[in-house]
Amino acid sequence: MAEQGNYYVPEQSKLPLLAALGMGTMGFGAATWVIDGQSATVFVVGLAILAIVMYKWWSVVIEENMRGMVSDQLKHSYVLGMLWFIFSEVMFFAAFFGALFYVRVLVNPWIGGEAAITLFDDTPTDASVANSELLYPGYESTWPPLITPDQAANGESAKFVGPDQAMSFPGFSNWQRILAWLPLWNTIILLTSSYTVNIAHHALKEGNRKIFTRWLGITVFLGGVFLVLQAEEYIEAYQHMGLTLDSGIYGTTFFLLTGFHGAHVTLGTIMLLVSFLRGLKGHFKNDDHFGFEAAAWYWHFVDVVWVGLFLVVYVFD
Amino acid sequence: MAHGPSENFFTRWFFSTNHKDIGTLYLWFSFAMFLLGGAFAMIIRAELFQPGMQLIKPEFFNQMTTMHGLVMVFGAIMPAFVGLANWLIPMMIGAPDMALPRMNNLSFWILPFAFTILVATLFMEGGGPNFGWTFYAPLSTTYAPDTVNYFIFGVHLMGASSIMGSINIIATVMNMRAPGMTYMKMPLFVWTWLITAFLLVAVMPVLAGAVTMMLMDINFGTSFFDAAGGGDPVLFQHVFWFFGHPEVYIIILPAFGVVSQIIPTFSRKPLFGYSSMVYATAAIAFLSFIVWAHHMFTVGMPIAGELYFMYATMLIAVPTGVKVFNWITTMYKGALTFETPMLFCIAFVILFTFGGFTGMMLSIAAADTQYHDTYFVVAHFHYVMVAGAVFSGTAAIYYWLPKWCGRMYDETMGKVQFWLAFIAFNITFMPQHFLGLAGMPRRYSDYGLQFADWNMVSSIGAFMYGGAQLLFLFNVIRTIGWGKPVEDPKVWEGADGLEWTLPTPPPFHTFSTPPVVK
Ligand code: HEM
Ligand SMILES: [Cu+2]
Repeated sequence: MAEQGNYYVPEQSKLPLLAALGMGTMGFGAATWVIDGQSATVFVVGLAILAIVMYKWWSVVIEENMRGMVSDQLKHSYVLGMLWFIFSEVMFFAAFFGALFYVRVLVNPWIGGEAAITLFDDTPTDASVANSELLYPGYESTWPPLITPDQAANGESAKFVGPDQAMSFPGFSNWQRILAWLPLWNTIILLTSSYTVNIAHHALKEGNRKIFTRWLGITVFLGGVFLVLQAEEYIEAYQHMGLTLDSGIYGTTFFLLTGFHGAHVTLGTIMLLVSFLRGLKGHFKNDDHFGFEAAAWYWHFVDVVWVGLFLVVYVFD
Repeated sequence: MAHGPSENFFTRWFFSTNHKDIGTLYLWFSFAMFLLGGAFAMIIRAELFQPGMQLIKPEFFNQMTTMHGLVMVFGAIMPAFVGLANWLIPMMIGAPDMALPRMNNLSFWILPFAFTILVATLFMEGGGPNFGWTFYAPLSTTYAPDTVNYFIFGVHLMGASSIMGSINIIATVMNMRAPGMTYMKMPLFVWTWLITAFLLVAVMPVLAGAVTMMLMDINFGTSFFDAAGGGDPVLFQHVFWFFGHPEVYIIILPAFGVVSQIIPTFSRKPLFGYSSMVYATAAIAFLSFIVWAHHMFTVGMPIAGELYFMYATMLIAVPTGVKVFNWITTMYKGALTFETPMLFCIAFVILFTFGGFTGMMLSIAAADTQYHDTYFVVAHFHYVMVAGAVFSGTAAIYYWLPKWCGRMYDETMGKVQFWLAFIAFNITFMPQHFLGLAGMPRRYSDYGLQFADWNMVSSIGAFMYGGAQLLFLFNVIRTIGWGKPVEDPKVWEGADGLEWTLPTPPPFHTFSTPPVVK
């Protein structure tokens, strides 16, 4: 390690090469896995390598920081790195939100027969008739399409009960159904957790370690509850609502958007959990705790994504 | 801490945290990919030398066009400019290294793994990707070979590498500038890279989204791109081009930066219109997000969409025109000399502008109905990508290599290489305009007899161009090993900027204490 004048340049390190090895093995293994549908060994080996390397890597960074080797300038580089990483995540979700917008607002009416090519001439064509024959029997351009391709192929067993009885906002008239409406609970949980993580943050800044770990612990717990409820919702969807990955574009966008969000909540929960454990070990100082701060930012980010999801996937169906 | 490079070869090159060594790795990797992608191109042009099927099967031809595009875009051009960024940005802004040196090495080392996976598909059952570098669904989903899954994860890896590399560049530029190096004093190469890195962080995740949707459609029954499930194959094109159009500017903006450094040096005048260059770059980057569907004029869009994307695309000509004007005005009344880097830059200005003009033709929606998917498009983008990006990359190597290794390249050989490349390039791609206008479709392994003559000319040009690259390789190796030593920190009489204040060759750690910029 070297402090060069005012500058800091780390020593050579084996970690990046090993991380790349882990990632490469994972990528290769994942492809092999989906192709032959069984052997995940290579993927798991890659994942293990990557996990170990990441553990080591962060340990090194933490140790450098505890030994006071990290200059303010480098700390600021870490801050910038995290911010731009979150921005890249925003763009990843933008692709899926964009896809949902495009199929729902544009494609759906178009394949339903609304004049598409001639925006300035809206004489309806009779494409709807043709399309229900071309796409699958029973196709109708509603959102969500009520008869799914899955049902068209597999009959009643794959019947989609429709969002009215399932995911979407049940309306204000029926408060009992609102109370049983999982997405609402999930929203409450996530919003609360954003608040609790904030309490923890303030406590840490004021040097109140105990309150910090308590509220951070609560946040991690809420994250866990969210994930359990989300899993419950998926089970419901698969077992009782006939809503699966195979059930056409609605299932596609529903599962991919909520699924990637769930994956990010998982990652965020892990990050907060690590911060919690580090908090117990007394790693954070009131003016130096970027590891936790980064996790908190990430947590707010998944929270904001959820609000977007809640609105476009659940409420405004 | 050792103050020089590690003695041990393996330690030095595999565990590096040094921006110069990592830059060198990027550049050699990129050149290797350039030769590989070039070999694929030679196979394509050999098959197209005459009408009829001579050498390879149509299935293999498809794999060659696909792999050529992928390897050149993601393996050759992009890493080349990341390599230049690594070498130059710290030297230009007065920093000791990149902001996050370990992540820097990770960004690089992902690439060999990613490309090994990608290229390995050629030897697998079903062959490599065969759906074109734009991998339109359903060619890349319903009708793709199983190996498409390797392609998908390969793209994920490249994306991860690019995002990390870009974050590093942004952090370096925002955080590591020497005291006094304000944003509006930064050399243009640094500016163009800052904006490019922003584009990369914004659109690589979208590309990741596109391949993820493919992965789900192929293996898990979803219907993003499948109309039979209520999805739409055209959705693929929107997502892809939302990435793809900014991508072409990702390729060309750093090239603009290089040219904006070199032309003032050999004109012995400061760059004309510095701030307008910065604003033009930003404007191009902004516009690049809102013009993507000019690649889709023929897929069936509402008239309003066609018109919007047509006019928005034409707007790009304005900031691009500003840049061309500034380069020419920089040369105007300058004390010009024509060393090899300058020759490449002048050729860049001329040929890139030509490619911009054909771009303007393509942006006319009605006319594009005729040009789309013909060799005219192939000619267009090779003028901007080869005579644009590759020429400027070559210029950059000739220009900075003497600084980096303290040895001069052979000027005569450089000039010979330039003229060979310049002439061969035009022989290869100029006729492709004629072929396209006459209606020859792109991406076919065979063609009608009426296209025979120009195809033969084009193939001859391509082989010459390939030869010119070998001469380049030879000149570079000769320079590094046996070139005449240079000691002057400035190397070039007219050069200006912090990198020229360092000794030649520069010390292993660039600035150990920050220089002060006035
Ligand atoms: C004034 C600037 C430009 C304009 C107006 C323009 C316009 C266009 C248009 C309309 C197309 C679609 C043609 C078709 O498929 O029918 C196109 C294709 C393309 N352009 Fe440009 N372009 C410009 C500059 C550039 C630059 C700077 C690059 C890259 C360095 C570039 C790379 C490409 C590529 C790679 C394609 C073909 C993609 C494919 O289908 O494989 N263009 N351009
Ligand atoms: Cu474009």
